[in-house]
Amino acid sequence: MADGQDTPQQSPLDPMPLEPKRGLKRTVLFILAMVFGVIVYAYGFDVTKVNLDEIKSETRQTQLVRVLRSLARPDLMTYERVSTPTDATFAMPCPAGGFTSDEPDVDARHITIEPACVEPGGKITVRGVNFSANARGTLFQVPPSDDLELRLADFQVDGNGDFELVVNTRERESDQPQTIRAITRENIGTLFNPVEVSQDDNENGVQDPIEMPAAGQYTFEIPAALPGVPGFALIDPGRDVVQFATLGEPFQATNGPAQGDTAIPLEETQTDGLRIAQVIGGASGGQINLQGPAGTSMSNWTMAIYDSLTGEVTATVVVTDSIVKSPRISQSTTDTWDRIIETVFLAFLATTLGTIIAVPLSFMAARNLMKDISVPMTKLALQLLAMPVGVGVGILAAGWARTISEQLIDSTFLVILGLVIIPFLMVLAFRWALPPVEEEPPTPAERSVRAGVIAIASVGGIVVLFLLASLMVTVGDWLAPRLSAFDFIGSFVANLGDILNAIITLLTALATAGVLMNLAGKLGMWMKGHLPVGFIKVFRMPLAAAAGAVLAVLIGIGIGSLYQITDPLKIYWVPAAVGAAIGLALAIRAYQREQVGIGLSVYYIARTIFNAIRSIEPLVMVIVFVVWVGIGPFAGSLALALHTVAALAKLYSEQVESIQPGPIEAVKASGATRVQTIVYAVIPQIVPPYISFTLYRWDINVRMSTIIGFAGGGGIGFLLQQNIRLLNYRAASVNMLAIAIVVASMDYLSSRIRERIV
Amino acid sequence: MLKVEHLTKIYEGGTLALDDVSFEVPDGQFLAVIGLSGSGKSTLLRCINRLIEPTDGRITWNGVDVTKASQEEMRRIRRRIGMVFQHFNLVHRSKVLTNVLQGSLGYVNPALSLINRFPKDQMSKAYRQLARVGLEEKAGQRADELSGGQQQRVGVARALMQDPEMILADEPVASLDPVLAHSIMQYLERINRDDGVTVLCSLHFLDLVHRYADRAIALNEGKLVFEGPPSEIDDAKFKDIYGQEAERVG
Repeated sequence: MADGQDTPQQSPLDPMPLEPKRGLKRTVLFILAMVFGVIVYAYGFDVTKVNLDEIKSETRQTQLVRVLRSLARPDLMTYERVSTPTDATFAMPCPAGGFTSDEPDVDARHITIEPACVEPGGKITVRGVNFSANARGTLFQVPPSDDLELRLADFQVDGNGDFELVVNTRERESDQPQTIRAITRENIGTLFNPVEVSQDDNENGVQDPIEMPAAGQYTFEIPAALPGVPGFALIDPGRDVVQFATLGEPFQATNGPAQGDTAIPLEETQTDGLRIAQVIGGASGGQINLQGPAGTSMSNWTMAIYDSLTGEVTATVVVTDSIVKSPRISQSTTDTWDRIIETVFLAFLATTLGTIIAVPLSFMAARNLMKDISVPMTKLALQLLAMPVGVGVGILAAGWARTISEQLIDSTFLVILGLVIIPFLMVLAFRWALPPVEEEPPTPAERSVRAGVIAIASVGGIVVLFLLASLMVTVGDWLAPRLSAFDFIGSFVANLGDILNAIITLLTALATAGVLMNLAGKLGMWMKGHLPVGFIKVFRMPLAAAAGAVLAVLIGIGIGSLYQITDPLKIYWVPAAVGAAIGLALAIRAYQREQVGIGLSVYYIARTIFNAIRSIEPLVMVIVFVVWVGIGPFAGSLALALHTVAALAKLYSEQVESIQPGPIEAVKASGATRVQTIVYAVIPQIVPPYISFTLYRWDINVRMSTIIGFAGGGGIGFLLQQNIRLLNYRAASVNMLAIAIVVASMDYLSSRIRERIV
Repeated sequence: MLKVEHLTKIYEGGTLALDDVSFEVPDGQFLAVIGLSGSGKSTLLRCINRLIEPTDGRITWNGVDVTKASQEEMRRIRRRIGMVFQHFNLVHRSKVLTNVLQGSLGYVNPALSLINRFPKDQMSKAYRQLARVGLEEKAGQRADELSGGQQQRVGVARALMQDPEMILADEPVASLDPVLAHSIMQYLERINRDDGVTVLCSLHFLDLVHRYADRAIALNEGKLVFEGPPSEIDDAKFKDIYGQEAERVG
């Protein structure tokens, strides 16, 4: 404390003594801050239950080591293993005359036991000689009385092929000699030299021969105790049913590989090549004899056994053994591959969908674009009143269009004809009704005729959309089975048709609302221009009240349905009164100032919604979507897309706010509409940052989609969570490896693209 | 005939930008607007096509009350008024041709223009305007690849694209060197003389005013302090306009 030593040297003339005082104060403050910090930290420790005893616990440590070791050995490849037992005998307890085990063949692989006899539970030393170098294995004790193998310990053979292990025996007294069995398990084949191995697919403990003998039969065993007369389906490795025979009356298979096929009596079946020749036995078990060309590989042939009463596959599908390569890509790896593809596309869909929606929304949340938008009170009120009317008319119009289109939908020819003729007529109608700029303003009669033509043409347009949707479904369903590997393209087209069909009504409602609001706006402007100012000022009071009431009732109905309120007082009259009051208040407030700054209201509302949605993690959102569309990647992509919309709209809008105002001014000054201004002055300026943000979001979405499966959103997370729950850490390790690779490569890729474009 | 009566603009913060300004501009005149930075020149020009909403006063152009026009009417008025800016206000990442075509946005089919489709005659007209400012071979380049003088010529071509009856030029040469300044002013002069387009041009340099303008108005702190032919600006008037400490340069 150097400061403290200065304190006594105070002198009124010297300004220096002030310094140490300040220093002391600071020191005290610093110490207090430190103490405070320690207290905060201590509380934090307590709250987060930091417990070092757990870390030190031995069981926890061994578990940790086990998990880490599993994680370090991702289950990428599967090896076939060969187990080789080696036996030696000893006695327990020691017989009176002592015990001598058999002499082993010292040149072959063998184990010796010392001492040759022990008291129950005593220690023995087991030595192994001439084992394969570095092999791993397990020692078992096999008491003479039964076939049980009692596990004693694991061993690891050294580089010379030897091992030595001291183990405690199990207490199994017997006057017969006991066996110690050393079983080694070795991988067959190496990564660069895979070998073919026969696999015991039917798990009968025997590896069946997999080639048809030169003269003779190949046999499938019939499991015992079938409910009725059985039917047999012989299935080739390509999963095709070669022969479907029954011992009784013909029946139709309702499920399994032969679904839809009819089983016929065995004698009547006609098959070339491999075929069921004879069935010995039946419902109570027996065997099925096949005949075919000698040397035919029976690898992966399957026999499905049906119950003729129900037509269902009875519990069993008998599989022959098969030949596989060892090592080969493991099941975890193939599953992981499937899921990681799913994950990448989940992120892709979410990002594209989110971007498409976020781009237009982002303009609503850009202050510089919105702050100047203001509309006259009268116009706004009329537009608000027109909105629900427009939605209603739109729904009606869509209903008519649907009825018209349903007349045509049954015939594909009519649909295509409609799709050609109606748009042609529409173009003619629009050309006639919307001529290029005219010098002479049209008369009211002309105007109404034109409006009528446009309305009819618009209904025609909706019919076209319905026809298009149905055509897409037809084409998609037709394509799907014909594209084999690319069948997903067919179902995509069909899906798009379904989506289109579902949203036409919504689109029509929105479009009609837009048109009616536009007309209402024009009416408002006309009134403003043609009616006396005093009248407008009075007239807009009830108008604003009505508009407020309508808006409030709409909100009231929404809230009412959410909280299951059915009381008409609460969902109609109270909101209507409140809304009318607010509308009236606004109209009175705007008595002098005619304009209402609607732009800023939209801006604040949009901002608030985006912030609210953005603050909810997609992991939480997916729970709601899982309820809606079920567990799977679809729910995940919807949740991610929603979050993407909110996040991107905010990022985008900030970009819009930072553009140069000059070009906007220039385009506006040339008499461009608001939309034209956005297209020509705003969009060119924001393209690079938008692309950059989209790529950034794509990056985030890939990362998010890897864990969205934890909440049921599909993708690799689903698999990872399963593997962790099943304590299958080696498979989990494969998943994590895949995530790491995908995230890292996406990161690299997106940064490269960003460099290129921006 | 452009008629400005008692035009007043008070910005939201309370700044008085224009204070009861009245003047008239006959058709075909080249009017220079002079004054210090912040004297209200830009505000005045932008009030005429209502890029800035005037607080009070009336602007009539060809008998139409601009200040009362609805948004739709305003668009129709604006498309007859070309505007040239100090900082050119081109869209940097768009092609030169697209920048020029922006001048036709008020005339073309709004729906088609949204997908960047312009009628053939507008396209050839855009090329003609570019040729007029000597930049036809730059049509396919990005606007920010051009030099300052070239960018301002594109700005002039964009204004010409509107078939304007009036051009508002807001310090069109303030960001350019003197040689380029004269070339841009000559374009404006030609448009004024050959096409009979009314030009309102705010300027800094008095020699440019003397050289190009038929008439000048001067603003000081939002007030109209001078109106008359440029030759009438003597030393006393100059001090009125630019303040007592000002020195004449150029």
